[in-house]
Amino acid sequence: MLKLIKQRWLDQPLDNRFESIRFSMAIVISLIVTLVLVLLVSNEPLFALQQLFLGPLASIRKFGNVIESMIPLTFLGLSVAIMFSARQFNLGSSGALFLGGTVTAVVVLTLPLPGFVLSVVAILLGAFTGGLVTLIPAFIKLRFGASELVSSLMMNFIALNLGFFIILNYYRDPQAGSLASFEFPSSSLLVQLIPGTRIHTGLLLLFIMIVLIYLFIQKTKWGYALRMTGFNKSFATYSGISTGAVILYSQFLGGILAGMAGSVEMLGMYDRFRWQAMPTYAFDGVIVAVLAKNKPQYIPLAAFVLSYIRIGADTMSVNSDVSFQVIAIIQGLIIIMIAANAFLAKYRQRLVVQEAITND
Amino acid sequence: MINLLTPEFFFTVIRVTTPILFAAMAAIICSKSGVINIALESIMLTAALTGVLASGFSQNIFIGMVGGILGGMFIAGALAYFSLYLKADIILVGIALNLMAVGGTVFVMFVFTGDRGSTNSIRSLQFPDVNIPLLQDIPVVGTALSGHNILTYLAILSVIGVWFFLSKTTYGLRLRSVGENPDAATSVGIDVRKVKLVALLISGFLGAFGGMYMSMAYLSVFSTNMVAGRGFISLAAASMGQANPFGTLLAASFFGLMESVSYQLQAIGIPAQIVGMVPYVSVIIGLVLYAQYQQSLQKKKTLSKQLKEDPNEA
Repeated sequence: MLKLIKQRWLDQPLDNRFESIRFSMAIVISLIVTLVLVLLVSNEPLFALQQLFLGPLASIRKFGNVIESMIPLTFLGLSVAIMFSARQFNLGSSGALFLGGTVTAVVVLTLPLPGFVLSVVAILLGAFTGGLVTLIPAFIKLRFGASELVSSLMMNFIALNLGFFIILNYYRDPQAGSLASFEFPSSSLLVQLIPGTRIHTGLLLLFIMIVLIYLFIQKTKWGYALRMTGFNKSFATYSGISTGAVILYSQFLGGILAGMAGSVEMLGMYDRFRWQAMPTYAFDGVIVAVLAKNKPQYIPLAAFVLSYIRIGADTMSVNSDVSFQVIAIIQGLIIIMIAANAFLAKYRQRLVVQEAITND
Repeated sequence: MINLLTPEFFFTVIRVTTPILFAAMAAIICSKSGVINIALESIMLTAALTGVLASGFSQNIFIGMVGGILGGMFIAGALAYFSLYLKADIILVGIALNLMAVGGTVFVMFVFTGDRGSTNSIRSLQFPDVNIPLLQDIPVVGTALSGHNILTYLAILSVIGVWFFLSKTTYGLRLRSVGENPDAATSVGIDVRKVKLVALLISGFLGAFGGMYMSMAYLSVFSTNMVAGRGFISLAAASMGQANPFGTLLAASFFGLMESVSYQLQAIGIPAQIVGMVPYVSVIIGLVLYAQYQQSLQKKKTLSKQLKEDPNEA
């Protein structure tokens, strides 16, 4: 049995093998850093670590939380992955999510449509709004040649202010204690899937989107053009691919997915607009996309891992003396190490030499 | 009533331009050496915290300053190490560092002070304000230009310093050659990687002052995510100023002006959210106008080149 596994492992191309090792090393090092940090700051390190790693498994409700927060993370991961695949460094996903959620709230509060139709229309309009948020930097890049990086970051701040302006001035419920809109009609809310948790039908929409995006990127000519543009833009241009169109539709699609994340979150998790600040998903899409190497099929897994450690960290900060933000340091480290191409380069060299010798 | 032509208004413009100016100078050094430093945001944020902590615990402004500088240069060094030596995509590392800084500063703040929102429980120091003799006695000009924080004057000096460094020193020339043509620079024996490392460290140094200005001059505490996109705005300023220190000074002042206008708008009762959009919208408009200007310049160049080469055809 062990021999068989070893054979399987060695049959893999060297690059795949090396990538898995590098990936695991990145995770292991981050775990060690976590351990050291917790040991340094905590008076009850063992209890804190137990809360961090096992907290999410403590109850159905906790594990439900993991799945609930995995839904927007996966949408955002897909959003960023599709833009990064085309090498468009558009960081407007969080703005798209926020404004998408806002528009959804506005739609369910204004349009007099029957329940199910209303949620569908609200989600579609929210997604479309998200698309517009990321399309603006794309358009500016195409038309004027200004980098999408800075303009998309500015869009986040604009979207945040615009969203609050709309809710505060037109939909605010003065009866509600804190900043909140009027209550959504209950028929427009997404249905709960699993009793005892808040997991909602957004999960089904999510799975449909994962499959669609996978098919789009891998099986259609537009997806091919998108990958080619990301791989080598000049080459793509010379082979007759309209890279301008790719720049536009990759970012529009990315925004649609982020907007959908906001809409689904709004109708699945809330009964009013209750966001008080930019939801904590700010750059989370980037983390998920980098973890999944921009591959749609791995994105749910990456989102699950991220969501799991988040809920774990949350449990830890409630029950012990280590604060939630320790997670920010770990996330950053994981991204950097996965992105670092020369990390373990010497080891890779040795693998290559070994392989060359055995093949001789 | 909205009042834009008072000396107090110009005083505000200079005040809010200062952090952007420091960071924009940092961005210039990087862009001249051919690296994109989007970690400026985290450099500023980290320095803002370490400066406050170091000055609070030592009760010595100089140690506070050193703490801030070290904080900023640490982030810049990490960016350099991972992107130059471990060959990671510099944009991804920048994003990761920004992510880490937003949460990481809160984590460190909580560990050292027990505060979560802002460092209210420790008494940190501030850089002093300076009245400039003679200048302060001139009626209108004096009100606008004198009495600023010492870091503001340092920021203006840094513009001249960066200009001098880039265009008058040997190392500045070397740095620019690395940015313009790394292969050519290598061929004459310049260690490209080392020059880029130095550029990033200088940017960490300058960006640190931008961050310390936020927490040790503009305000007297560090608060969560207090840099609020200024690092990104200064990237836009540097690219609009074509990485020329004086052009960048203009661009940064423009953003400072828009921010000050937004405060005035708030004072006359325009909703805070609309006002809050003004600086960011102005960055986008600025980027578009600049890029358009660049394009028309390019067109003119090609046109005049064609005319020169073949006057009959054109």
